[in-house]
Amino acid sequence: MQLASVSGNLLFFAFIAYLIATLFFGGAVKGSKSKEVYANNRWGKIAIGVTILGFIAHLGYFITRWIASAHAPVSNMFEFITAFAMMVVCAFILLFFIYRTPSLGLFALPLAVVLVGYASMFPRELTPLIPALQTYWLTIHVITAAIGEAILAISAVAGLVFLLKNTDLTKRSKQRFWLEAVIFTLILVIGFILSSSTFAIMGYEAKFTYINKNEQQAQIVYNYPPLFGMNEYESLTPDKMSPLAEMPAIVNAKTLTTFVWSVGTGTLLYLLLRLVLRRPVATLFQPFAKKANSQVMDEIGYRSVLIGFPVFTLGALIFAMIWAHEAWSRFWGWDPKEVWALITWLFYAAYLHLRLSRGWEGKKSAWLAVIGFIIIMFNLIAVNLIIAGLHSYA
Amino acid sequence: MNKIKCLCSYENPFGTILCERCGRPLTEEAKKSKLIDMRYEGAARRSQTYKRSIIDKIWGFFSSVKVGINIIIAVLLTSAIGTLFPQKLFIPATTEVDIAAYYEKHYGLLGTLYYRLGFYDMYNSWWFITLIGMLGTSIIIANVDRVIPLYKSLKKQRTKRHFSFLKKQRIYGEGHVPESNDSLAKAEEKLKELRYNLKTEDGALLAEKGRFSRWGPYVNHTGLIIFLLGVLLRSLPGFYVDEALWLREGETRAIPGAPGYYLKNNDFLIETYSKEKDAEFGQAIDRVGTIVKNFQSDVTLYKDAEGGLPGQSDRMEFVKDYSIIVNKPLQFDGFNIYQMDYRLDELKSMTFQLVEKATEKSFGEFTVDLLNPDRLYRLNEGAYVELKDFYPDFDGIEDGEPKSKSPVPNNPAFIFKMVTKDKKEGEMSFVAIRQTLETNKNDYKAVFVSAETRDITGLVVRKDKTLYILLLGGIIFMIGVAQGSYWNHRRIWIQKGEEDQLIVAGHTNKNWFGLKKELDKVIIYANLPQYEDRQDSVFDKEEIEGEKE
Ligand code: HEM
Repeated sequence: MQLASVSGNLLFFAFIAYLIATLFFGGAVKGSKSKEVYANNRWGKIAIGVTILGFIAHLGYFITRWIASAHAPVSNMFEFITAFAMMVVCAFILLFFIYRTPSLGLFALPLAVVLVGYASMFPRELTPLIPALQTYWLTIHVITAAIGEAILAISAVAGLVFLLKNTDLTKRSKQRFWLEAVIFTLILVIGFILSSSTFAIMGYEAKFTYINKNEQQAQIVYNYPPLFGMNEYESLTPDKMSPLAEMPAIVNAKTLTTFVWSVGTGTLLYLLLRLVLRRPVATLFQPFAKKANSQVMDEIGYRSVLIGFPVFTLGALIFAMIWAHEAWSRFWGWDPKEVWALITWLFYAAYLHLRLSRGWEGKKSAWLAVIGFIIIMFNLIAVNLIIAGLHSYA
Repeated sequence: MNKIKCLCSYENPFGTILCERCGRPLTEEAKKSKLIDMRYEGAARRSQTYKRSIIDKIWGFFSSVKVGINIIIAVLLTSAIGTLFPQKLFIPATTEVDIAAYYEKHYGLLGTLYYRLGFYDMYNSWWFITLIGMLGTSIIIANVDRVIPLYKSLKKQRTKRHFSFLKKQRIYGEGHVPESNDSLAKAEEKLKELRYNLKTEDGALLAEKGRFSRWGPYVNHTGLIIFLLGVLLRSLPGFYVDEALWLREGETRAIPGAPGYYLKNNDFLIETYSKEKDAEFGQAIDRVGTIVKNFQSDVTLYKDAEGGLPGQSDRMEFVKDYSIIVNKPLQFDGFNIYQMDYRLDELKSMTFQLVEKATEKSFGEFTVDLLNPDRLYRLNEGAYVELKDFYPDFDGIEDGEPKSKSPVPNNPAFIFKMVTKDKKEGEMSFVAIRQTLETNKNDYKAVFVSAETRDITGLVVRKDKTLYILLLGGIIFMIGVAQGSYWNHRRIWIQKGEEDQLIVAGHTNKNWFGLKKELDKVIIYANLPQYEDRQDSVFDKEEIEGEKE
């Protein structure tokens, strides 16, 4: 128990360190006048120092939690996403020492911050392993897959920097629209974190009984004011808000409620920003991307796909098949999670072929990298929470 | 076919773009372009050379990477559509009618459409399998089309190259240096230090490393093909066994798919996490409720005794005791037996008491084994009960006849004939759970005393001879993909021009940043002319300036 709280504190420390490092990377980008300074200035050095410190704390979180729960902390949404964030930071640090570009840090660290924030919205207590998860293959499979995905994520970060730099945001265009859409999506995630933590701090709880898909009675607790009610719901906490509409049994009205609250909060936040700025929100980030060297960003994007693709194949497909063979008696079962790993893999294979043989460099390849990351996130979030097959965690 | 004779007098195969030996551009197009296309070294490829017959056309179609990419995207999209609603495999219905009804009930009009279009069984559909077949074909043809010419031209390349070849490289520099021989020697030294393989020829230097990485894609595609072949083999009989085996506690059965082997279920158990023993998970247990810790079947494996006749259960030979848990299948002779499912508390036997209604006098108890019931149960004072009929899964009375839904004793019902001293002809009674029917009023009754239950374990028997083929394919794929991704094929040419002029050119199949970093070291050390990266012009010149401000 003691160890578990140490672990929690270390994670919090890492979270703060990443925030601070982001600021310093901002200083490094803003403050550099020449190429040499850009690569090696004092702000940049402090920034990478703080990042490494944060990473060590993050690693400390991971190890202490591993000891406390006696299994690799990658067995539920909270644990997996925090581990993923840790690996994104690790991949960034490695690439920083190859290419020395603060701009990458300026966008990679906020990603880590958002990921840790997002992860913290899921139940955080130590969970025991169900029988299917009790094998070292799980550890190997999930950790390798996460490393692969983290490296691939860096390519999306490089792609985003490339696009921010090379898209003309003063004129209406398809590119501007989609770039703004990407930023909007990020703001929705922040909307989720904000709304969720607000109600969590307030300690909001509304309890219902309902009739589930299998026509049995079940209970559910909402942590958001219930906009939508479960099938044939009955409130156990009448003093709380009563749902506006009832959903059929196949729809999880709780998830829907959370979703609508998050989108609502995010959209409001976005509109406020637009109102204050009076121009696309992407323009807010553009100055920070301007200093980056396009060719280096393009190169990082490609390199990280090249490095990440084999790791992803090994972790998310080969090790996954070995585990599935041990646990479910078949190496492949067309479970949605498996299918989406295959889709991710095929997508990056297409990326490599397009790049190699059709010369898709620069913007095209940057867009592909961003889409690849969206697919990874889709598999992590939507497939787990909505489509949910065998892999959905407790 | 006609050979193409280059000015260097080398005879190239028809269709060659860059002379295999000296690198001179041979086609008009290549001569005109500013940068030459170094892919496949400008070698003649069948698909680019022959385009007439049907075979040429098919070959051309499948060897095109553009087509290959389209196939990959098509597989990707169909796979994604297959996850929109659960596949047939994951839904409880089994008959076509039920399946159709299921999709309609749960997903409405879209569900019906999904069913009608056959998307509910996407991964077994003929078009999905065709796509995978096309993917395999495309990989094979595209690779054969490229690998041989590539191999030949890399092997034949000469150290000394024609200037037109060097001039059209992406990395190119020329200039006068004071001591060109000295510079060349120093460059050689530095390149050696950087672990390049060096070849020299008449004032020309070729430094090369990582050529083996060029074979990466061909190795990884070979792995993919082996994997796909493995998958194909599974559909042949004998390569693949997949059977379910339900075993009651205490029961021994022949293992389906594994002739000559028998399995006995000694005990099945489920453990859950407890807040006392697993204190660190207390919170989680509070939130979720019970969390299962272990499913386990303790079994004993037997096989036919040597020399014995198959199926002679008294001549079985003990093989081993084992506890099958999830993730730890029982393994023997290429078979795996997995813990997959269970059913708790199936009725095993029921015990009754024969009682005289008026006096409540008991004639003793008898126990009916529900899987192997006896016909007659002898009790005290010469009384006995005859089991006239037995319905293990009683499902109501139809046309005056009781019906059993299945042979599984879920809801047993009995017709007893009770015979005692004063009722020699016997009394009939129909006994089911919580009901007794009598045709005439009886003096005696069979009273339920107790029931014994046991668990059933659900096991799966698998044998998969293709696994090693799949694993081999996977390993080869990984080797190839690592080879092609983590190493690059770099070449640096340094050649003497007129007088003290030196020419530097470089090429790599990927990671130009790395090549330039190494080249910079050589240039500084050996005082070579500066080079230019002509790709820089692809990205806006101005922004590279902008970065320096
Ligand atoms: C799922 C299927 C496939 C996977 C995972 C795959 C994987 C790869 C990888 C990793 C590379 C190396 C890329 C790089 O180094 O940047 C590559 C190259 C290549 N692939 Fe594929 N591939 C697949 C399907 C195909 C298909 C269908 C074709 C057919 C046209 C094809 C043709 C090629 C060619 C021509 C190359 C370049 C070879 C060279 O440069 O020498 N691949 N592939």
